[in-house]
Amino acid sequence: MKQYIVKRIGYSALSLLLLSLTIFLFIRLTGDPTALLTEPGASDEDIAAIQHKFGLDKPIWVQYALFMNSLFHGDLGQSFYYQTSVLELYLSRLPNSLLLAAVAMAFSLLLGIPSGILAAVNVGKFWDSAGKLFALLGLSLPSFLVGLLLILFFSVYLEWLPSSGSGGILHLLMPAFALGWFFAAAHMRLTRSSMLEVMGSEYIKLARLKGLPEFRVITKHAFKNALIPVMTLAGINLINMINVAVVVETVFAWPGIGRLLYEGISFRDFPIVQGVVLIGGSMIVVVNMLIDIVYAMVDPRIRLER
Amino acid sequence: MSVTTELGPTSVVSGATLAPPARAWGRDFPMIPMAILGIIGFVALFADFLAPHDPQVGSLPDRFLPPFWYAKGSAAHIFGTDHLGRDVLSRLIFGARVSMIVGFTAVIVSGVIGTTLGIISGYLGGWVDQVIMRVTDTWLALPALTFAIFLAAIVGPSEMNIVIILAAVYWTRYARIVRGEVLSLKEREFVRLAIVAGCSKWTIMRRHILPNVINSSIVLGTLMLGIVIITEASLSFLGVGVPPPKPAWGVMLSDGKQGLMVGYWWLTVMPGTAIMLMVLSANLLGDWLRVKLDPQLRQL
Repeated sequence: MKQYIVKRIGYSALSLLLLSLTIFLFIRLTGDPTALLTEPGASDEDIAAIQHKFGLDKPIWVQYALFMNSLFHGDLGQSFYYQTSVLELYLSRLPNSLLLAAVAMAFSLLLGIPSGILAAVNVGKFWDSAGKLFALLGLSLPSFLVGLLLILFFSVYLEWLPSSGSGGILHLLMPAFALGWFFAAAHMRLTRSSMLEVMGSEYIKLARLKGLPEFRVITKHAFKNALIPVMTLAGINLINMINVAVVVETVFAWPGIGRLLYEGISFRDFPIVQGVVLIGGSMIVVVNMLIDIVYAMVDPRIRLER
Repeated sequence: MSVTTELGPTSVVSGATLAPPARAWGRDFPMIPMAILGIIGFVALFADFLAPHDPQVGSLPDRFLPPFWYAKGSAAHIFGTDHLGRDVLSRLIFGARVSMIVGFTAVIVSGVIGTTLGIISGYLGGWVDQVIMRVTDTWLALPALTFAIFLAAIVGPSEMNIVIILAAVYWTRYARIVRGEVLSLKEREFVRLAIVAGCSKWTIMRRHILPNVINSSIVLGTLMLGIVIITEASLSFLGVGVPPPKPAWGVMLSDGKQGLMVGYWWLTVMPGTAIMLMVLSANLLGDWLRVKLDPQLRQL
């Protein structure tokens, strides 16, 4: 067990190293890093200071060592526009992103799990087809389009909901729905296949043989076990939501990480873009590792396999 | 692939693929999605003849004209005009060209890169495999859209760059799946026989492995087409995709935001419908191909 955890942590550390190397090399090898890392219209002294900090005149491995050194000190650079550290900016926007992701997750689970169960219980019948259609629409309607259509309907025609900004619970509804939409389809598909797998197992047959009513079999015995993979996916997706929210947050002017990234591109504020992609990738590597470790603790088959 | 399927319990699941080829392509062939993609392709090809107006030149007096069925609409602009007085229909037509070119090229380029690296990684094994797979895993961990935005911020917006960016972001999907298939393929009899017969590694990869994994790559490519088009539209919508005067659907949606609050719905709904139809068709086609060509990928 210990051995597995050590191995898994080492593997993740390697991934993080490769991640930083990827980001670093892309910046250095595709064009002029000085232009990206210094403010547009910066003075000669500022440019010289930046060049010194990243050692842009030194060999590339020295540059990488300097880059990694800054990262280890939590220094992701200064934003040109806000004149503060990127990490600070990121952390100040994170609560908003988490709030949006949490509500979007609630939407996606409330839509996805019941429709998935309904489809699994009625395989090949009407509700299954309806579920398939729903899953297809979820994958095919980009979230920004869903967002724009929601604004058109609920803000412009009905004038029920505010079209942008943050504040009350009403501001949250549309962006959360637009963001949760795609994930609802993914959760529905997994709930369906997971339910089908559980429904075919021996203990469900036994529960039926005992004479339990079908409703009890589904809710008490099948549902609980079918939920495990769905909750795992939901955990990973919560992190994904923070990272893919950029279009939704742009549509609704929601002040989260995605909006920060959008400001980074539109103000040509490169340190922000770099910071968001680095933190986003690292979060996913770490969360994947934690999930693997928890799974190995719970299920010994997993750690023996590798 | 179905030739070697044994008549075990699994054959019940993959029954559709055991059907004789003549029937396999008939019956549930997705006519409507194919027709939609065909029409979009046709429109993209002959955009110069079909578009009633220049998509990039508008007349300011004709700004924000509604579609023709409104009293204020005009028959010259069936789907209305945008904030610069440009004809929405013409922009949609030329936008089809952008989506088709970017979508298909990006899928093909990423598919070729990913499949090649997947085969090399799976067949050669050893340190080559380690290097390719560690890079693949790491890049897969990067959130696709954020990664694409990061790359776009570095190289700047252009149609060509978008293709390169999308290929750089999405090749990992192919490499992962193809490698997995190659690992089991290389243990099979026909590969061992080829080794015994003295074929070189490259010949085996090209002649014996590639034809057996190409189906999976095609299926995955069709399924990726929708994702690639949505990513392109998202990048264009955010202003780091296809540069503005060019009529990409994502750019049109972004421009349409200006008129959204005043109720100029056609600037949002028209390009939105176009994106939705294309992605929906690509996904339906991909789903159908997946069942036909490669039952193993059904779980994808």
